Amino acid sequence: MAEQSNEVVLNIQNLDISYYTRAGEIPAVVDFSLEVKRGETIGLVGESGCGKSTVAMAIMQYMGHNGAVKSGTIEFKGRDLTKLSEEELRQIRGKEISMIYQEPFSALNPSMRIDQQLMEVPLAHEQIDVKEAHERARQILTDVNIPDPDRVLASYPHQLSGGQQQRVVIAMGLLSNPDLLLLDEPTTALDVTVEAGIVKLIANISKKFGTSQIYISHNLGLILETCDRVFVMYSGEVVEEGRIKPLFKSPRHPYTHGLFGCIALPTADKTAAPLTPIRGQLPLPHERPKGCNFAPRCDHFAAGVCDQDDIHMEDVADDVDGKHRVRCLRWTEIEQIRAEADQSKEAAGIGHEVLKVIDMQKYYSMHDRSLKAVMSGTSVKLVKANEKIDFEAHESETLAIVGESGCGKSTLAKVLLGLETATGGEIFLNGEAIHDVSVQSRSNSQLASMQMVFQNPSDTLNPSHTVGQQIGRAITKFGVEHNRHKVRDMVMSLLDIVKLPRDFYYRRPRQLSGGQKQRIGIARAFAGQPSMIIADEPVSALDVSVAAAITELLMDLQRERKMTLLFISHDLSIVRYLSDRILVMYLGQVMEQGLTREVFQPPYHPYTEALLSAVPIADPEVSKREIVLEGNLPSVLNPPKGCPFETRCPRKVGKICEEDRPPVQSDSENHHIACHIPLDELRQVEPVIEVPDAAVA
Amino acid sequence: MSEATLNTATEAKNPVSGLRRIIMMIGLMRESPAGMVGAFLVSFWVLVAIFAPLISPFEPNATLVPFMKPGAVNPDGGTFWLGTDHIGRDILSRIIWGSRTVLFYAPLATFCAYVLGIVMGLVAGYYRGWIDDVLSRIGDMILSFPVLVLYIIIISTVGASGLNIVIAIVFASGPGIMRIVRGLVLDLRNRDYVAAAQTRGESAWRIMLVEILPNARGPLIVDACLRMGYVIINIGVLGFLGLGLPPPDPDWGGMINETRQMALIFPHMTVIPCIAISTLILGFNLLADGMRDISLRD
Repeated sequence: MAEQSNEVVLNIQNLDISYYTRAGEIPAVVDFSLEVKRGETIGLVGESGCGKSTVAMAIMQYMGHNGAVKSGTIEFKGRDLTKLSEEELRQIRGKEISMIYQEPFSALNPSMRIDQQLMEVPLAHEQIDVKEAHERARQILTDVNIPDPDRVLASYPHQLSGGQQQRVVIAMGLLSNPDLLLLDEPTTALDVTVEAGIVKLIANISKKFGTSQIYISHNLGLILETCDRVFVMYSGEVVEEGRIKPLFKSPRHPYTHGLFGCIALPTADKTAAPLTPIRGQLPLPHERPKGCNFAPRCDHFAAGVCDQDDIHMEDVADDVDGKHRVRCLRWTEIEQIRAEADQSKEAAGIGHEVLKVIDMQKYYSMHDRSLKAVMSGTSVKLVKANEKIDFEAHESETLAIVGESGCGKSTLAKVLLGLETATGGEIFLNGEAIHDVSVQSRSNSQLASMQMVFQNPSDTLNPSHTVGQQIGRAITKFGVEHNRHKVRDMVMSLLDIVKLPRDFYYRRPRQLSGGQKQRIGIARAFAGQPSMIIADEPVSALDVSVAAAITELLMDLQRERKMTLLFISHDLSIVRYLSDRILVMYLGQVMEQGLTREVFQPPYHPYTEALLSAVPIADPEVSKREIVLEGNLPSVLNPPKGCPFETRCPRKVGKICEEDRPPVQSDSENHHIACHIPLDELRQVEPVIEVPDAAVA
Repeated sequence: MSEATLNTATEAKNPVSGLRRIIMMIGLMRESPAGMVGAFLVSFWVLVAIFAPLISPFEPNATLVPFMKPGAVNPDGGTFWLGTDHIGRDILSRIIWGSRTVLFYAPLATFCAYVLGIVMGLVAGYYRGWIDDVLSRIGDMILSFPVLVLYIIIISTVGASGLNIVIAIVFASGPGIMRIVRGLVLDLRNRDYVAAAQTRGESAWRIMLVEILPNARGPLIVDACLRMGYVIINIGVLGFLGLGLPPPDPDWGGMINETRQMALIFPHMTVIPCIAISTLILGFNLLADGMRDISLRD
């Protein structure tokens, strides 16, 4: 992307890193080699536990008391970092190599002002005075596109939004003009539209500052947008490396293939081309198989070949595009085997109406106890978490609710489940009014017919009870069965349904992996034969291959049981893949709703347009129009008077957007857009995502 | 596509039974030397209390030869290994029988205080709102009294007896336990599994007792061990102040009180019950340390 010289900034050769624990030596990274040239951005991609963060820690020489480089060299500008003293390393860290972490709010000191924190860097590493340091801090904030740098300098971290905090952290990393910047999942904790801005900034860093970067992520789409070369890691080893475009176009290693099969690219479709999860699980570091680490999960495994000696990297190509290497003995043969069987699944017919929500409102009252508020009579403020929500859902249908944090989608789920009751409007589930029936007063059949699958696998199961107890309790509670033996049999069959072995009945949650916990959570939700499942970001905390498996499980269950799925998510690529209809929410209001293909084509609501543009797509063939939203999400306490999106809208018309609520305009029977811009004008907008062979749903 | 093979016929047994877990606990304890010492001290005193009738050389209340030094021989046979007190009772026997008193009332009082504190803490933390305000302010009021003053007021009003000691201790430590439980519940009530139980329509008490409380057990067990130590101190102090168990039954605190005027001439009469109290408290404190070590490790 940027101008690159041939100067090698970082040269890692045959690096082996191990952790030493009570269980013995655990090899975390094996046979890792990497060359970073000046101005180049390298992507390290892989699922959790593949060793990508360990590599970053090794470069920083910061591996804790039980980690150590076993062999190999890490040469940074000609000096071997593994041989430097602590004092020499201190000179390099933060000055010549900077690191940026996942969570900006824990990377900044909450009790120090931003200017103090930024000035620390040059004051510690260079002989300059406070005034000059302050000037440098101000300049760097301007460089990372922070509007109003003076206000930010005088702020404390909690006064900034997540996106601004991450910009400050990146600025801090760049402040000493480092030669190498390590970014460890720098946008994972941010909302998509904010992420898009940060990604754009990162992609421009090397151009602007000539800094080399190593970008660690599990998201192939982000890697494609930011990096020049990519290293795919699996179980402590690099399995494939190469320049980004050739590798993404024709991946060679079965694992890389598998990863691409797991993500919802625009070409994937839930019936015609479903996701193909990688079977099995990542082996634990001390249980890695002999030979190829991926062998037990590989469709192309050949006994006697793949399970023999350690496998080394082989050259696929070494041409103008640079090196493309792969750690697979059979990569030449695999290409021919790749013609796959038809995996398409039968589409489920959408049935009768299950849920109807009419003008639902949910307000919370906030008590402001300050003297000023009490005196002026404004001590009670209404927070409009949901305003005039209107939609219905049908049998066998997947309805996606899309929006960023604070858009009110979780409140909507709470109201539907009865954890909160609606302030106004009506909700009917299977014809029964439930909008004013709280969860305590719902009948067993009402409770059983709507259940929830939660986001966080580590939180969804009670750590104190066995899997069997937790699923069994749901069965008895819903009055499905009371006989102990029959309950047990039902739990066993639910375990079969979610494709887990039956002896999980006796396991406790801590003995399960994230994906397994999520499966148990699904089994528990299915205990009462629900007609509707609310899934709140059920896969966002999971690794791609596990997420694909859970997504497919939900889809299979829907096909079998004809349940309605209310899928809450911020990720439009997965939503496009599995949903039939989409509801786009912003600040508690529905901005646009319609059938999936309608929402993904013009006319768009300007917010939908921005969301579509923000989603990273891991396909170099797909071109995308770039729309980066300025500003932050307004506070729900003080929302804009007119259109909620008015403060950030790139297509704002003028005064009317600030003053008046936008009218709901109907493009078709199902497709509604709440915007002041006339539909005809919105129809003129170019599509955001262009897929070359336009024959994609 | 499944993450593990399908295994329909397996009828596995519960892998970890109750007894196995206790053995595992002891095994883990081995990794914390402090915890090992604590466990040894506590189990020593527990064994002494259990086998008191077998190992005590004399009747604890029998008046034999007064003012005997440790190791002196009883003319009627037997040895006063730890001497006798001012009215001729064998100190070793009284220590042995006294361990029964302390190891009966201290756990009983701690247990009752926990029942009260857990119920109050669960209710305050789960319901929040006015009920939390009321319970917390009552707790604050009790906690703002110096504990000793509180004990003296209670016992001197209702009279000294085993039951009243328990009541006084429950009254004084209940609010402290409530605070801890409340804090833990405030965190745990926001977990998804609690939300899952709510969407199942579980009753509030079931959620508090079955879904929340078991997950708060780690810190509570450690605190219970520490608190046991304080309760033993308090029982000792009450005995020392003459507000303990009515004589003549042996009570460590009371033994110190009865003999303190002679402490300079016959130090063994006071020092020995002091040592008994300290070792038992030390035992519980070290045990708590050890359990904390283990729980912090993964």
